[in-house]
Amino acid sequence: MIAFERVTKRFGPWAAVDAVSFTVEEGELCALIGPSGSGKSTALKMINRLIVPDAGTIRVAGEDIARLRPEDLRRRMGYVIQSVGLFPHWTVERNIATVPDLLGWPQARVRDRVTELLELLKLDPRRFRGAFPHQLSGGQQQRVGVARALAAEPRILLMDEPFSALDPITREALQAELATIHRETRTTIVFVTHDMDEALKLANRIAVLDQGRLVQCAPPLEILTRPADDFVRDLVGREEWGLKVLAVETVGQRVRPDGEAAGVPLPSAMPLRRALSEMVARGTDRLPVVDDQGRPAGVLHLADLVRP
Amino acid sequence: MIRNRVLLVLAATAVAAALALPFLSFAPNRLLSGRGIALSAVLDLPWGVALLPGVVLLAAPFLRPSKTVLAATVTAAILFAAGLVGLAGQHAAQLAATAAPAARTSFGAGFWIMETAALLAALDGVRRLGLSPPLRIAVGAAALALVAVQVAAGHLDQLSILKEYANQRDVFVAAVVRHGVIVAASLVPTLLVGVPLGVLAQRSRAVGGIVFPVLNVVQTIPSIALFGLLLAPLSALAGALPQLGISGVGLAPAVIALTLYSLLPIVRNIAAGLDGVPDSVRQAARGMGMTPRQIFLRAEVPLALPVFLSGLRITLVQAVGLAAVAALIGAGGLGAIMFQGLFANALDLVLLGAVPVILFAVVVDAALKLLVALVARGAA
Repeated sequence: MIAFERVTKRFGPWAAVDAVSFTVEEGELCALIGPSGSGKSTALKMINRLIVPDAGTIRVAGEDIARLRPEDLRRRMGYVIQSVGLFPHWTVERNIATVPDLLGWPQARVRDRVTELLELLKLDPRRFRGAFPHQLSGGQQQRVGVARALAAEPRILLMDEPFSALDPITREALQAELATIHRETRTTIVFVTHDMDEALKLANRIAVLDQGRLVQCAPPLEILTRPADDFVRDLVGREEWGLKVLAVETVGQRVRPDGEAAGVPLPSAMPLRRALSEMVARGTDRLPVVDDQGRPAGVLHLADLVRP
Repeated sequence: MIRNRVLLVLAATAVAAALALPFLSFAPNRLLSGRGIALSAVLDLPWGVALLPGVVLLAAPFLRPSKTVLAATVTAAILFAAGLVGLAGQHAAQLAATAAPAARTSFGAGFWIMETAALLAALDGVRRLGLSPPLRIAVGAAALALVAVQVAAGHLDQLSILKEYANQRDVFVAAVVRHGVIVAASLVPTLLVGVPLGVLAQRSRAVGGIVFPVLNVVQTIPSIALFGLLLAPLSALAGALPQLGISGVGLAPAVIALTLYSLLPIVRNIAAGLDGVPDSVRQAARGMGMTPRQIFLRAEVPLALPVFLSGLRITLVQAVGLAAVAALIGAGGLGAIMFQGLFANALDLVLLGAVPVILFAVVVDAALKLLVALVARGAA
């Protein structure tokens, strides 16, 4: 869906992004992660041509974006930034309707879409439609920011540290919301963050950048279990490494299909980390598991959690 | 127990002025200096009653400034200010009944001090009440209306300033129109040049680095000197191209000088307004696919508008005042009446020119404040 082919961007003598190549498949949620100055935000902004690369090609759905008019390209993609950037003189409704208005959607369709999005982001349309941004909390503003980015049903959503400025509780709620939206819409999402836990929690693929170079681009489990070098190992953090591995795997991946156990069953989609927590809380080393339809799927053993 | 020091000072000043200074001045004709008439000598019915609200003003400094007390203070101050004018008008009429037609009754120092103290008391109360701009303007309009009604009813006809008006009615009306024309004529080039210049100065450090120092220097040139400086080049231009219909004196130099003075506040506020637009808004607007033109018209202009209108307010108030000075180079307007009075030593004629200039400035100021409030509310 998005392909970087030896993309380079220099600011003066210094290469912010240095011959980076990687691919984001359709429907993936790809996290770009790295410390400040690693070029992750520059890489993101090149996808919608807010920054133009000095060398290399970026293709979106097979098309070289250098051939497209930047405004047309951007209207096809959602864009969410850390500072939100809602228009303070417009209501929530008009803010969300920005891109549909630019695309000339009929009024009735825009109105329906705004209602739909407010409900999707858990904002009561009756209360929030006519509100102005300054009347909203930081978390509510970013919910509107996400709704605005999704308004014109883009196939790609670009997010530049969207939740970094929020308090931990609000951040977790919005991360959960984003995971749901991603699961339901299968929008391709590129997500810049400096928080490895956030990347591990949300992403299907993590691209690690250091000083403009791509160090590793792999699924979360591979980043954890087979880090390319010490830089990645440090970024993941050696502390609680085992728990992080458990967090990216699910109960379904370690369940034994036979046997019986007592107690309230765990869903097979639950992360192993939470399953471990349940075992500790209930004082047992085995728990029953059910699948997505609630049918018995076997038993999870504590011993299987520690097997490599 | 003193609760409001400002009001106490104003009340004390007004009382002292009422006791020590003449309320009116009566002269056999407009060139001789008059004999003072104390307030105590004119305090008779029915208009003496009009000063009763003064009692509220004397008590108010000692009362807890609740909303009710403040509202009563503002109301009393406005009624008192209008009452003073009414009382003066009534006594002038009484004096005129027995005096020669050339005799003049004008306001004395005591009147001016009490009138000023009353208006300041009203202003202080309005400020403490924290009224919204539209309500403030309504209070100001009420104060003006109370005097305007007296003028319209002919109650003040025997006061010297209105006698001057009666003598000079055609000249006066022409001067008011001319004053408006000077201000309006300078506003057009100010906006045509100032708005683009302000946008450029905000976008380009280089342009701003030249524009602001130059305009700052222009602003420091005294107005008379600037008129003088324009005299020579404009005369030369008029000599070379007589078909332009301009000359070194008159409307052209006045409009040019006013434009030069007006540019700084306009350019500065345009730039400041655009500077105040959050970067995150620009970034988001660009990221969503707005063209530069759409970003400017849909985001930057509406967000910068209140600051721009504040600049326009400063500019217009300044231009109304400067246009009075432009009379010195033959541009006409209310300044011409003022200078005519100054040179003839006729104080009432000076007032006939000065009071409308003040009113003009106050009305322009109020109108634009109201506009800023409406725009800011729309943007809130």
